[in-house]
Amino acid sequence: MTATTPHAAGFGDGTAPSTPAGKAADYLDQRLGIAGAAKKNLRKIFPDHWSFMLGEIALYSFIVLLLSGVFLTLFFTPSMNEVTYNGSYTPLDGIKMSEAYASTVNISFDVRGGLLMRQIHHWAALVFVMAITVHMLRIFFTGAFRKPRELNWLIGFGLFVMALLEGFAGYSLPDDLLSGTGLRIAEGVVLSIPIIGTYVSFFLFGGEFPGHDLVPRLFTIHILLVPGLILALITVHLILVFYQKHTQWAGPGRTNENVVGLPLLPVYIAKAGGFFFLVFGIISLLAGLVSINPIWTYGPYVPNEMTAGSQPDWYIGFLEGSLRMMPNVEFNFIGHTLSLNVLIPALIVPGILFTGLAVYPFIEAWVTGDRREHHILDRPRNVPTRTGIGVAGCTFYGVLWVVGGNDLIATHFHLSLESITWAGRVVVFVGPAFAFWITRRICYGLQRADREKVLHGREAGVIVRSPEGEFSEVHAPISDGDRYRLTAHDVHRPLSIAQAADANGIPAPRLRRAKLRARFTRWYFGTRVEKPSTEEYRESITSGHH
Amino acid sequence: MKSLSTRRRHPLAAFVVLALGLAFAGTLFAAFVSPAASADTGESAAQQLANGKALYISSCSSCHGKNAEGTGLGPSLVGVGAASVDFQVSTGRMPAKQLGAQVEAKQNIFSTQQIQDMAAYVQSLGGGPQIPAAGQYAYDANAVALGGQLFRENCSQCHNFAGEGGALTDGKFAPKLTQTNPQQIYEAMLTGPQNMPVFSDKVIPPAEKQAIISYLLNSRNEPNYGGAGLGRLGPVSEGLFIWTVGLIALLLCAVWIAAHTTKASAQKAAQAAAAGKAGK
Repeated sequence: MTATTPHAAGFGDGTAPSTPAGKAADYLDQRLGIAGAAKKNLRKIFPDHWSFMLGEIALYSFIVLLLSGVFLTLFFTPSMNEVTYNGSYTPLDGIKMSEAYASTVNISFDVRGGLLMRQIHHWAALVFVMAITVHMLRIFFTGAFRKPRELNWLIGFGLFVMALLEGFAGYSLPDDLLSGTGLRIAEGVVLSIPIIGTYVSFFLFGGEFPGHDLVPRLFTIHILLVPGLILALITVHLILVFYQKHTQWAGPGRTNENVVGLPLLPVYIAKAGGFFFLVFGIISLLAGLVSINPIWTYGPYVPNEMTAGSQPDWYIGFLEGSLRMMPNVEFNFIGHTLSLNVLIPALIVPGILFTGLAVYPFIEAWVTGDRREHHILDRPRNVPTRTGIGVAGCTFYGVLWVVGGNDLIATHFHLSLESITWAGRVVVFVGPAFAFWITRRICYGLQRADREKVLHGREAGVIVRSPEGEFSEVHAPISDGDRYRLTAHDVHRPLSIAQAADANGIPAPRLRRAKLRARFTRWYFGTRVEKPSTEEYRESITSGHH
Repeated sequence: MKSLSTRRRHPLAAFVVLALGLAFAGTLFAAFVSPAASADTGESAAQQLANGKALYISSCSSCHGKNAEGTGLGPSLVGVGAASVDFQVSTGRMPAKQLGAQVEAKQNIFSTQQIQDMAAYVQSLGGGPQIPAAGQYAYDANAVALGGQLFRENCSQCHNFAGEGGALTDGKFAPKLTQTNPQQIYEAMLTGPQNMPVFSDKVIPPAEKQAIISYLLNSRNEPNYGGAGLGRLGPVSEGLFIWTVGLIALLLCAVWIAAHTTKASAQKAAQAAAAGKAGK
C-alpha cells in the first residue's frame, strides 16, 4: 500500500461535509465504507401494489411481538410451583395455582399497563400468523414461488411453521384452564405416535403430565429458541427478496428483466415506516378496546377441570377440527394401543397438508417442465389448475377450521353437534373436489371474458338501435396498456413424449416416468383458453365488430 | 240483514267465520282459565292441594298422567319434589310446548301462587327435594373464590367458563346461566332437570351450592376488564374478530398506502396523462 491510495477523501479537497449529519455520515463512511453499499441499496426499486404489503404486516406485527414480549418477560414467572393467590383480583383470592398463572394474573391486574401489554402481545400474535397466511396465499396464487424463488418459499414455509409453534407455546405459558387443556391434547397427540410416543411424551414433559418442567421449558422455547429462529429466517427471507428483487405485475414497460417501481429511499422508507405505525396502531387499538384471553375467568389449570368452548387460538383450530371430526378408530393388540383416532387427524393429516404446501413449487416445476426464471406474476385465472388446487386446499383447511368450532356453531345456530360433525366428514372430501372443479371453470370463464375484451373491447353500457331495429351494446376499445396486461401471460401447453422408442424399437430411457409426467401436464394444461393471436386481433379491428 | 245474506257466499266468508269463531273461543278460554283468576292468597293446605291438583289436571296430566304416574310422553312425577316443579314451571320449560331434543325455557304463564300450589301437590305425591329458602341462595361475597373453583370442577365443562352455555349431543345443550335467577340455579343443582346430573346435598352441600351461586352472580356483574368481551366464548370469537374486523382494517391501510404515491410521481403521471390527451 502506497501513500497514493485515495483513502484520504475529505481532507482539504474542498468536499468536507459541513452539517452535523454529513459529518457523522462521513465519519462512518471513512471507517465502514457504507457509502458504496448505501448508494446502491438506498435506490433499490420496489414495485407498488397493496398485495405486496401483506408480508410487511407480518414483519411489523413481529416487531410489536418482540417489544411487548420483552415487557411481559419482566413480570412473568415461568414456574409451575404452587402458590396461593392473594392479589387484587378477589374472585381468585386464596386459590392455589402455579406461579406462572399467578404472575399472569398479576400482570393483568397489578402491573401498570400490564393488561394492555398482554392484549397487545396476544392480538399481535393473531395478526402475525394471519398476515403470514394471507401473504403465503398471495405468493401461491400469483405463482411468485416459481424459479428463482423456490428456496425463499421454503424459508417462508419454515417461518409459518415456526409461527404456529411459537403461538402454541405462548398460548400454553400462562397455565390457565385453556392452555392446560391444549397441552393435554398435545400430550395425547404425542402419545399416539406408535412405539416411541410414550417415551417422547416423558421426554417432553419431564415425566408424567403435567409435571413441573413444561412451563419453564416452553418459556425458553417461546422467548429464546423459536423467536431467534424466526428472526434469523426473516433476515434470510428479506435478504433473498432484496437480492432476487421483488416480483411485479405485467404492464407496459414491466418485463421479466426489469423492476418498475419507486426507490427505497425516500419513498419506501416513508411508506414502510408509515405502514409500521398503522399496523402498530391497529393492534394497539384492538388491544385497548377488545378483550383477548381473559385468563382470570378461565381459572388456573387443574387436570380434572374443563370448560365448554375449549378452543385453541385460530391458527391451531384446523387441528382441533381434524380431531373433533375423526371417527373413533382404535386398535389393541398384545397390550399395545394404536390410536388412529388421534394419530391420523393430528399428525398424518397436517403432515400431508404441510408437506404438500412445502413442496408444491417443486411439484409444479416438474409437472410443467418449466425451468425459466419468472419475475412477472401470474394472474390466478391464467393458471386455472394451480388456482383450483389452492382453492381446494383452502376449502379443506376451512372445513377443518369450521368443525373446530362445532360446539359453538351448534349452540348459536341451534343445530345438533353430530350433524355438524357428520356434515364435516362428508364435506371435507367432497368440498375440495367441488371447489377445484368450480374454480377451474370460473378461471376459464374469466379468461374467455379477457379474450373478448381484447378482441371486442369492453361493454360501454350504451345501447344503440340500428335502422333495422336491432338493439346492440356499444363496445369501447380498451387502452393499449390494458390490452398488454390481458395478453402478457404465456398459454402453457402440455408436454408430450418426443419419442417412445427409437428407430430400432429400443424404448426411450425413463419412459414410464415421462409418460406419467405427460399425463400430469395434460391434467394441468389440457384445457386452456388461447390468447387472441395478432391475426385475430387485426381481423376484429378491420371487421369493425367492436 | 240483506247485505249479510248477500255476502255469505263471498269467497272470504268462510275465513271471516273461522276468525270470529277462534276469537270467541279464545276469549272464552281466557275468561275461564286466566292465570290471574285463581291467584288468591291465604288458602289452607287442603285448599292448596286441591288447587294444585286442579292445575295439575288441566296443565300437566296429558303427558305426566292423571295420577302423575307418567306416560309415554312424560316421566312420572312421584318423588321429584316441589323444587323440581318450581324450577320447571317458573322457567317456563313446563308445560312443554313440544317434545324435541330438549324442552326450552320460555315465558312462564303461571303466578307464583299457582306454581306453589302445583309444587305442593306434587310434593304430596311422594316427597322429594323442597323449594330452597331465600337464605340458601343469597349472595355471599366471601364464597366467590370457592364457588369459582367448584364451578370449574363441576359445571363449566357443559356451561362454559363464564356460564355462557355449551353444546351437548344430539341437539341438546347446556343453557346459559347469565339470566337464570339464584333460586332456579339452586333448584337445578338439586333436581338435575333434563340432561343435567343431580348434585344432591351429599355431593355438593348447601353451603357450596350457595358458593357456586355467589360466583355466578359475581361473574355476571363483573366488567370485561380487557374491553369488549366478544360474548365471553373464548378463542373462537377472537379468531373470528381478527379475520374480519382486523384483516379488513389492515388491508384497507395497505390499499391506501399502495394507492398513494409521492407527490412528484403523481404530478408526473398527471402530466403524462395530459400530454397523452394533447397528443391525440
